[in-house]
Amino acid sequence: MENNPGTNILDEVTQGDYKFGFYTDIENDFAPRGLTEETIHFISAKKEEPEWMLQFRLKAFRHWLTLKEPEWAHLHHRPINYQDIIYYAAPKKKELASLDEVDPELLETFNKLGISLDEQKKLTGVAVDAVIDSVSVKTTFQDTLGKHGVIFCSFSEAVKNHPELIKKYMGSVVQYTDNYFAALNSAVFSDGSFCFIPNDVRCPLELSTYFRINAANTGQFERTLIVAESNSYVSYMEGCTAPMRDENQLHAAIVEIVAMENAEVKYSTVQNWYPGDKNGIGGIYNFVTKRGLCKGNNSKISWTQVETGSAITWKYPSCVLMGDNSVGEFYSVAVTNHYQQADTGTKMIHLGKNTRSTIISKGISAGKSNNSYRGLVKILPNASNSRNFSQCDSLLLGDKCGAHTFPYIQAGNETSIVEHEATTSKISEDQLFYCNQRGINTEKAIGLIVNGYAKEVLNKLPMEFAVEAQKLLAITLEGSVG
Amino acid sequence: MNGSKSSIMRVPDITNSPKVMENMKLLKEIPLGEMLIDRFQNQFDVITANDIPAVTAMRKEAMNHFISNGFPSSSDEKWRHTEIESLTEENFQYYLKPLDSEQDIEDLFKCEVHDFDTEIISLLNGWYVNKHAGLTTLPNGIVYGSLTNAMKLYPELFEQYYGNLADIQVNGFVSVNTAMVQDGVFIYIPDGVYAEKTIQIIKLIDKKEQLFVQNRNLIILGKNSSFSLMHCDDSINHFSSLINTVTEVYVGENAHFNLYKLQNLNNQSGLINSTFIHQEANSTTKSNTLTFNGGMIRNNINIDLQGENAHADVLGLYLMDKNQHVDNQIYIKHNAAHCTSNEKFKGILDDEASAVFNGYIYVARNAQKTNAYQNNNNILLTPKATINSMPFLEIYADDVKCSHGATIGQLDQEAMFYMRQRGISSSNARLLLMYAFTAEIINQISIEALRKRIDDMVKKRLRGELSVCEKCVLHCGSPDKEYHFEIDMSKI
Repeated sequence: MENNPGTNILDEVTQGDYKFGFYTDIENDFAPRGLTEETIHFISAKKEEPEWMLQFRLKAFRHWLTLKEPEWAHLHHRPINYQDIIYYAAPKKKELASLDEVDPELLETFNKLGISLDEQKKLTGVAVDAVIDSVSVKTTFQDTLGKHGVIFCSFSEAVKNHPELIKKYMGSVVQYTDNYFAALNSAVFSDGSFCFIPNDVRCPLELSTYFRINAANTGQFERTLIVAESNSYVSYMEGCTAPMRDENQLHAAIVEIVAMENAEVKYSTVQNWYPGDKNGIGGIYNFVTKRGLCKGNNSKISWTQVETGSAITWKYPSCVLMGDNSVGEFYSVAVTNHYQQADTGTKMIHLGKNTRSTIISKGISAGKSNNSYRGLVKILPNASNSRNFSQCDSLLLGDKCGAHTFPYIQAGNETSIVEHEATTSKISEDQLFYCNQRGINTEKAIGLIVNGYAKEVLNKLPMEFAVEAQKLLAITLEGSVG
Repeated sequence: MNGSKSSIMRVPDITNSPKVMENMKLLKEIPLGEMLIDRFQNQFDVITANDIPAVTAMRKEAMNHFISNGFPSSSDEKWRHTEIESLTEENFQYYLKPLDSEQDIEDLFKCEVHDFDTEIISLLNGWYVNKHAGLTTLPNGIVYGSLTNAMKLYPELFEQYYGNLADIQVNGFVSVNTAMVQDGVFIYIPDGVYAEKTIQIIKLIDKKEQLFVQNRNLIILGKNSSFSLMHCDDSINHFSSLINTVTEVYVGENAHFNLYKLQNLNNQSGLINSTFIHQEANSTTKSNTLTFNGGMIRNNINIDLQGENAHADVLGLYLMDKNQHVDNQIYIKHNAAHCTSNEKFKGILDDEASAVFNGYIYVARNAQKTNAYQNNNNILLTPKATINSMPFLEIYADDVKCSHGATIGQLDQEAMFYMRQRGISSSNARLLLMYAFTAEIINQISIEALRKRIDDMVKKRLRGELSVCEKCVLHCGSPDKEYHFEIDMSKI
C-alpha cells in the first residue's frame, strides 16, 4: 500500500468478489432439459395457458428455428447449447396469502440482498412483485394500486385475468420476429410482470420487481409489458441478482413499454447478476430485448440502467418515437470487471415530428473486461425538427481491459440536429494529485472520481434505487469506492 | 442507396457514338467479377508478363481469395450503406494493354495551377503515359514513373515492400487489384531528401465505352525525407467507368508525407480508392481527401502507426449533390506508444445525395499515451439528402486520450437572419455559411498556391458551376479569373 497505492487499488478493484453468491434451496418444478415443441407444450400446460397463448409460443418457436444467433456484437463466448438448458423452473409452493406463508429461505434471500419484502413494505412504500425463478410468489400492495385502477401482476395472471390487454399489446413493440433472442423468449417465456396504468392516473407508488436466477442451469426468460394510457405516469424499477455458479446461465428477456398520449414511463434497472469469477468461469449470459414505443403525441419513455453484473451483456433498451413531440431518454452506467463483456447501448428511432432524444452512457472497464457502447440514432425523413444529443464516455481502470464505442447515426432530413460526442480516458493523474494534495488518499480519491463520473446517471435513479446502485458500484469496484 | 442510382449508372450518354453503342451490344452481358476471373484464367501469361516471381505468386493467392469471396455486397457490414452491386454487376470492358491512342496524353489537356509547379504524372484510362521514359530520376535522387518499369529495375524494393500493406482479405477490390493490376505509379524518395516539388498524379478517363480501370501505386519515403503528393481522379466524358485504385505508402522514420486527393468525376463513375499507409517512428502524414463530384466514391484509408511518436492528420471534405454518393472509411491503428492522430471529415449534401462516414480508431494494448481525435460534421440541405455517420473507437490501452464527435445539422438560422438583416441575399448568405463551413478543411492545405486553387474550386462547386469540363482536368478555368461572392463586404 505504502509503496504503490495505485497498483494495490487496481488489484483490489480487479479482484473484488461477487458479494451475492449464495444459493437458496427451494424445491423446484423443472421442465425436461432441452427445447422442442413438447417443452413448449409443457410450459404452456404448467401455466394453464389458453390455446391462443400456446399458438403464439409455437409460432415464435418455429420462427426461432429458422434464425441464426447474431454475431455482430463485440462479444466472444463459447457457443450456447440451447438443448442443454432447462427452460422452466418454478417454486412449488404458490398462492400465498401473506408474508408468513412465504418460504423462510426465500425471505432470507431477500434479507441477504437487503431488500426483504418486510423492509420494502415498511420502509420504502414500494410495491414489490418478487419473481424468483420464473413464477411470481408474492405480490404486495395490490389494494393500494387497485384503488387507482392500476393493474400490476405477474404475466401469467394477466394472461388469465386480462387476456384482451395481453392480446392487444403483447408483441406490439417487440415482435417475435424481431431477433433471435426475442423469438426464443416469445417461445419459452416463463413469467414476468404486467403493468397497466389507466387514463389520467399518476401511479401512486413506484412499482418494483426483483428478478433472481436461482436454480442451476435454468434460463430465465421473463417478459415484462407496461402499458401507460393517456395522461398517465409510472415509475418502474427492476433489480436483478443471481447466485454464484460455475455454469453459464442463459437469460433472454423481453421488456415492452407502450406510452399513449401525454403518458410518461420511467424504467429503471439495476442489474447485478453473477458475472463469473476472477478467471472468467461461470456467470450469466444476458441477452435482453428492451423497447419502448412512444405511441401517442407528447409521450415520454426514459430508461435508466446500472449494469454491474453478467458475464455477457447484450442489451439495447430502445425508444421508438412515433408520436409527435415525444421524448426518449437513455441513461446508463455499465461496469465490467474480470472477464466480463458488455455490448450495450440504445436505439433511438425518430418517426414523429419534433421528437427529442438524449443518450448519456458511462462505461467503466476494469480487469480483463471489454465494455462496448453500441447505439443507433435514426432520424427518418418525416421526423422533421427532431433533436438528438448523445454522450458516451468510457473510463479505463487497468491496462488489460478494453473500452469501445460504436455509434451509428443515420439522418434523413434537413431540419433535424444530431450531436454525438464521446471520450475515453483513464482516471486523470491531475485529479488524483489534486485529491492527494488535500489529504484524500488515493483509494478514496478513485472512489470519489468514479462516483462523480457516474453521478449524472445515478441522479436519474429513483431514491430507493440510487442507494442500492451506489452500493453495487462500491462492490464491483471494491476497494476503490468509499 | 436507392434504385435510381443504378439506373444512372446503366445509361451511357447515347449521343456520343452510336457506333460504339452498336459494338457494345454485341458483348456478352456478364458481371464484372466473372469477366475478371475468366480473363485471369485465360490470359494469365499476359497478366504476369512483366512480373517478378514474388508478384506472380501474390497474384495467384489474391485471385484464389477473389474467387472464393468475390466483390463485397451490401450484406457486408462494411458496405451496408453503399450499394456497390449497382456497379459490380455491370458489364465493363477491361484492357490488359494500352491502346495505340493512349500512348500520349499531352495534347489532351494542360494542367496549370497558377504558381504551383509540380512534376506531373499522367495516367490515361489507367495507363502510364509518357513518350520520353518509363522512369524519371530527378537530380536529388527521387525516382518516379511507371510501376511496371520500376518492377523490372528495382526487384529488391518490390520484394521488400510490394503488397505487404494492402491486405487482400480486406475486400474483393483489393484482391482483384492485386491479382490483375497492370500499371500504376512508383515513387521513391531516398533517405534525407526533401522533395521541393509536389508530384501530381493525374488520372484521366476518356473512353467511349464502359471501362473498368485498375491502378496500383507504391510510394516509399526513406528516413528523414519529406514529400507531397497530389492525386487527381477525373473523367472527361460521360461514359460510366469504375476505377479501382490501391495505393501503398511507406513512411520511413522521421519522414513527412502529404497527400492530397482530389476527386472530380462524372455522375456515372464509380471510384474505389484504397490507401494503405504505414508509418515509422516520428513520422507524420497529412492526408486530405477532397471529393467534389462522382457517382459513387468509396475511400478506404488505412493508417498503421507502427513507430513511436508518429502523427497522422486525416482530413476530408465532401460536397455532393444530385444522386451522388460518397463513402469514407477511415481506419487508424495505433500500434505504438505516444502516437497521435487527428481525423476530421466535413460534408455538405444537397438534392438526393448520400454520404457515409465510418471512422475507426483502434488502440492496441501497448499503445499507451495515445491521443486520438475523430470528428465528422455534416450539413444536410434538403429533405432527401441522407448521411450515415459511424465514428467508432476500439481501445485496449488505458493511458489514452480518445474522443470523437459527430454532428448533423443545417445552416445556422440565426447567422442567416443576421446576414439577411444586413441586406445579403438569401442565396449569398447560404453560400457564405457553407463556404465558412468548409474553411476548416481548406485552411489545412499547406501549399499556398494549391490552397487558393482548391478554395476557388469549392466556391465554384458551391455555386454549382464546377462540373466536368471538356479540356482541363483540374477545371480551374482560366487561372487569372478569380471567383468572388457577390457580397459587398463593407455592408457587414
